[in-house]
Amino acid sequence: MSVGPPANPEVARKHRGGPVVGYATEGLRIYGNFFAFCLDALRGLFRRPFQVREFIQQAWFISSVSILPAALVSIPFGAVIALQLGSLTRQIGAQSFTGAASVIAIVREAGPIVTALIVAGAAGSAICADLGARKIREELDAMEVLGIDPIHRLVAPRVVASMLIAVLLNGLVNVVGVAGGYTFNVMMQGGTPGAYLASFQALGQLPDLIAGEVKALLFGAIAAIVASYKGMTAKGGPKGVGDAVNQSVVITFMLLFAVNFVVTAIYFQVVPQKGS
Amino acid sequence: MGVEVRVEGLTKSFGGHPVWADVSLTLPTGEISVLLGPSGTGKSVFLKTLIGLLKPDRGSIWISDRDLPRLSERDLYEVRRLFGVLFQDGALFGSMTLYDNVAFPLREHTRKSESEIRSIVSEKLEMVGLTGAEKKLPGEISGGMRKRAGLARALVLDPEIILFDEPDSGLDPVRTAYLNQLIVDLNQQTDATFLIVTHDINTARTVPDNIGLLYHRHLAMFGPREMLLSSEEPVVRQFLNAQRVGPIGMAEEKDADELEAEAAAGVELPPLPPIPPQLPPSNGLPRRAQRPAGQWCRENGVVPPPGSFETNMPSTGRHSVENTHELPVVAS
Ligand SMILES: Nc1ncnc2c1ncn2[C@@H]1O[C@H](COP(=O)(O)OP(=O)(O)O)[C@@H](O)[C@H]1O
Ligand SMILES: [Mg+2]
Repeated sequence: MSVGPPANPEVARKHRGGPVVGYATEGLRIYGNFFAFCLDALRGLFRRPFQVREFIQQAWFISSVSILPAALVSIPFGAVIALQLGSLTRQIGAQSFTGAASVIAIVREAGPIVTALIVAGAAGSAICADLGARKIREELDAMEVLGIDPIHRLVAPRVVASMLIAVLLNGLVNVVGVAGGYTFNVMMQGGTPGAYLASFQALGQLPDLIAGEVKALLFGAIAAIVASYKGMTAKGGPKGVGDAVNQSVVITFMLLFAVNFVVTAIYFQVVPQKGS
Repeated sequence: MGVEVRVEGLTKSFGGHPVWADVSLTLPTGEISVLLGPSGTGKSVFLKTLIGLLKPDRGSIWISDRDLPRLSERDLYEVRRLFGVLFQDGALFGSMTLYDNVAFPLREHTRKSESEIRSIVSEKLEMVGLTGAEKKLPGEISGGMRKRAGLARALVLDPEIILFDEPDSGLDPVRTAYLNQLIVDLNQQTDATFLIVTHDINTARTVPDNIGLLYHRHLAMFGPREMLLSSEEPVVRQFLNAQRVGPIGMAEEKDADELEAEAAAGVELPPLPPIPPQLPPSNGLPRRAQRPAGQWCRENGVVPPPGSFETNMPSTGRHSVENTHELPVVAS
């Protein structure tokens, strides 16, 4: 899904009419291919037999590349939010809400964002590199010749594994982030544990957590599908795999942040907020 | 028993750039054909089109009465069962041992018991000389071994058509000689239809029954080995004999100026080197598809270059190029 005109303008010009038409059809073709791939991947999710072994291996693999960075990113993230909100609430005289604000900020936004970063950057790039290497070694071609559909065999279990791990990762990020924020608030900013927890009771609600997990689920699916698509369409040797990984991470980031915005907007429309 | 593959007017392009156009050829039942071409001329693309991994823009690929580019997904999978493919680097599944790689098609497509599978796998591994390497992972073995393991996997379902993508690339001359011998022996044993894609002239000169030359986005010529090796057609002649004089230059083809300059300078085409004898199966018995040496030349009234078909002649085609005189004689 390399966004933009075909690399060689010569191609575009020769290609059915003027350059504009050429770029447009090339662009449409790429999105069309990606869309068809998404449909195939979805269909692959429901094809029997589900590839349990591959799923377990991939879930293990994805968690092994993402848990540590997720935990390490969420500690400073929680602390930064506590720091920002601590000073902001002091300025507007609402110190008693520091706890609530930082927990909500972490669960609603920071958690999914950190999850998106890790899922796209660690899990997505790993999936893309793995499939890309198989593509250029012609393993995927060999598989197809042997009558095995790589989308069913390889992509579907990766998508499910990535969704599962993203949800778990989001939970982990929440716990670590909240713990980090709490520690920071109580130990360094002189907040009291009681106020921290009480204020959270006042504003937080379960749907916050559910919305975060739904986001994570979507992120996991998108990251795995984009990474698989870029990996399986990699071409041009090892450099092609490198390019595919790079593009996959960039595209996934953009998509995840856009989806994050949309889900958040829907969330505020659908779920009534406490105290409003 | 082998199946005929008939390609008609096949054209493939990527993003408006044709890779090759209007390729028509017939791979005769049970014969070995070589498709020769410089790197990047789309030989691998041709193989992948033949097995339906890539869709051609135009043209047909007839396998008995079925036109492969127009088959439904389901029928395509069925026709592919006729094929065994050796990909360029073996294309082994990196996470499986050689044994599991070779057993994979059996486990996927047959209901054979694990002990039957074991005996078939060891038979195929022995055939390619890999007995004892069952437990190795593809990453741990040499390129030549990977190719042979890939060949064992391609053979395991007893295919009717076997495609080889550059079996000789990245191998030293000794290993190449072994692999070529293996290919000839396999053809003798299975009578399957073989297509070897390569840029190695030596393989093309000695192994096949038929040669095709892919050059400059089209099929320059396809026919019996003796026809091409005795051909005076400039491109065929230059490529098959690895000569510098002719229409092929360092970068793609020479332009008109260069050719004129060559003609004006009176550059003589070196004489055609003798046609080497075909590589016989190692047990000395003929292959079913094999034709007597010189038969095509006799039937078509072509006088082969002097010294052709002599069994004691050096088997490499490269010796005829300029470097024969420059090679120092190494005392051993
Ligand atoms: N999937 C693809 N998409 C676009 N171009 C391709 C693709 N596969 C091959 N090509 C191009 O087709 C040409 C022929 O490639 P290839 O068949 O690998 O050559 P050969 O095997 O003869 O060395 C190359 O220029 C390559 O860049
Ligand atoms: Mg190739």
